[in-house]
Amino acid sequence: MNKMSAISDWILFFGFAIAVLTMPIWLAPFGANYPDLMQRFAIFGLFAIGFNILFGLTGYLSFGHAAFLGIGSYTAVWSFKLLTMNVLPAVMFSILMAGIFAFAIGFISLRRSGIYFSILTLAFAQMSYNLAYSVLTPITNGETGLQLTLADPRMIDAMAGIEATRTLPTTNLFGMKMSGMPGFYFCAAALIIGFFISIRIFRSPFGVMLRGIKSNQNRMAYTGLNTRPYLIWAFVISGMYAGAAGALMAVTDPLAGAERMQWTASGEVVLMTILGGAGTLVGPFLGASLIKYFENIFSAYNTTNLNQIFDFMPDSIQPYVVDIAGLFVGKGWHLTLGLLFMITVIFLPGGIMEGVRRIGLLFKRNKKNTVDAGGATPAANS
Amino acid sequence: MENVVLHVADVHKSFAGLHALSDIDLSVREGETHAIIGPNGAGKSTLLNVCIGRLRPDSGHVVFDGENLTGKQPHQINQLGVVRVFQTPEIFPELSLLENVMIPVLAKRDGAFKLSWFKRFSGELDARSKAEGILEDLGLGSLIGGEAGSLSRGDKRRLELAMGLAQEPRLLLLDEPTAGMARHDTNATIDLLKRIKARGMTKVIIEHDMHVVFSLADRITVLAGGRIICQGTPEEVKADPRVKEAYLGEEQV
Repeated sequence: MNKMSAISDWILFFGFAIAVLTMPIWLAPFGANYPDLMQRFAIFGLFAIGFNILFGLTGYLSFGHAAFLGIGSYTAVWSFKLLTMNVLPAVMFSILMAGIFAFAIGFISLRRSGIYFSILTLAFAQMSYNLAYSVLTPITNGETGLQLTLADPRMIDAMAGIEATRTLPTTNLFGMKMSGMPGFYFCAAALIIGFFISIRIFRSPFGVMLRGIKSNQNRMAYTGLNTRPYLIWAFVISGMYAGAAGALMAVTDPLAGAERMQWTASGEVVLMTILGGAGTLVGPFLGASLIKYFENIFSAYNTTNLNQIFDFMPDSIQPYVVDIAGLFVGKGWHLTLGLLFMITVIFLPGGIMEGVRRIGLLFKRNKKNTVDAGGATPAANS
Repeated sequence: MENVVLHVADVHKSFAGLHALSDIDLSVREGETHAIIGPNGAGKSTLLNVCIGRLRPDSGHVVFDGENLTGKQPHQINQLGVVRVFQTPEIFPELSLLENVMIPVLAKRDGAFKLSWFKRFSGELDARSKAEGILEDLGLGSLIGGEAGSLSRGDKRRLELAMGLAQEPRLLLLDEPTAGMARHDTNATIDLLKRIKARGMTKVIIEHDMHVVFSLADRITVLAGGRIICQGTPEEVKADPRVKEAYLGEEQV
């Protein structure tokens, strides 16, 4: 049984890796196979997978994870400005920095649980946002956002003899430019590594302890386990994932703004995780991709498109239909997201993954029924 | 046998002016089974809660094997080997039976915290076989992979006991281990507790069922109204008129 579960995990991992790496092919029919969008699938997928390690396993709902996303972005851009345009150090520093901040915020927030924990993380994230927006302008460049300039020192690049150019340099991985498809593959590699670590954590004794905390935290204490370090580690690890995601945002587009830390961004990752299925391995990535995909499609529509779509209708109704539908697209696409989310939570509280599981069960039952009807193998049921 | 492992010294505890425990002085000797009996509201559960760190006494202290438990965190007290089995099962409902029992096994082996995130839980073969053995022992062997929350009430209580035993406690505190059990389950539990006794585990047991108390206990402490009214061997306690008045008499009515 042990070996079986190990093998099925490897199948899951390789299936995931192949699906992610072949996205440029199989997303073509959906019109979603361009690098910019696929990068967002990978980046937000990574963000949600990390968030799920905290929320899905321990049940602690953080409303402030965007803070770590922002910290990751700022750190990466500073790494580009001061050290090198190579993306690897930027990602490393971002993960480290996000981890440090996550430890500080988690250390305090995890003194409380439930709604109080959520509010504390929300407060910290909003504080971070406001600091980044105004007080820390020398570090974050406030409203404008942190950008590359020609005057940046880039010390390592300078030492390595890479000459400053007249135009802004681009991010690279040992010379390979990180825009377009290579940028996507870099993000995809990060996502796959993140997914692998997530599987390991889910299946490890540490992961089971985290699930124990979600199930009955008091009992953990009366079983001799100190839940605090477990929770702090879960919080720090998920913060590091967010930091990595923030760094990847800067890798694909080297600027960082305070709005990345706003509470709506924290709320978005909660939606992604729940939509896909909190506590499942693949769910958070599916939720993130679905939300980013719909955002992309629905926000692109405008009145002209809608008029074309509803052209078949009689002229007396058509303007009204277009007006109503117009609320759900363009800038109003969040309305669509809200509906989608409501429908999912009401009918599939376990998210998309619960839907997948139910369909799987349906198939199994059908198979079983046919066997029963045949009556040839009565032992097959056991 | 004269080594005192648990010493409750002069403990007081009151809730909003109500004296739940007053002047509690109690010694539990190594290897013995010590029963605490008394009518409802006598303070039995409060006393256990003080022992495991769920409640802090207003004054006095609890000493286990030379260590003062008062003010220690519940997990620290547990790691010293003082383990409580709860009356209403405190299990992990969403986890499998095996996971429910392996968590305490690992807590005993690895201590209060260990960041082993790269190992496979199912690859912890020693812990696994130990947990399986305990579940088998308690007649839950066939349900090992099932979800703990879907067990019957009686099976949940057995799982709760399994979780306690999985920690190989030095002192096991049992809160009405047979309450709500059918007679033959009660007898099975008594047999099991006798077997543990043979292994030399010290136990404190709160129980209403006199059949259970008199078949297990070496010594008995009788609580009433938050005070100890009598302490001694089962025979001494049976003969004590105050006990008859406070407890046994009531029971016979």
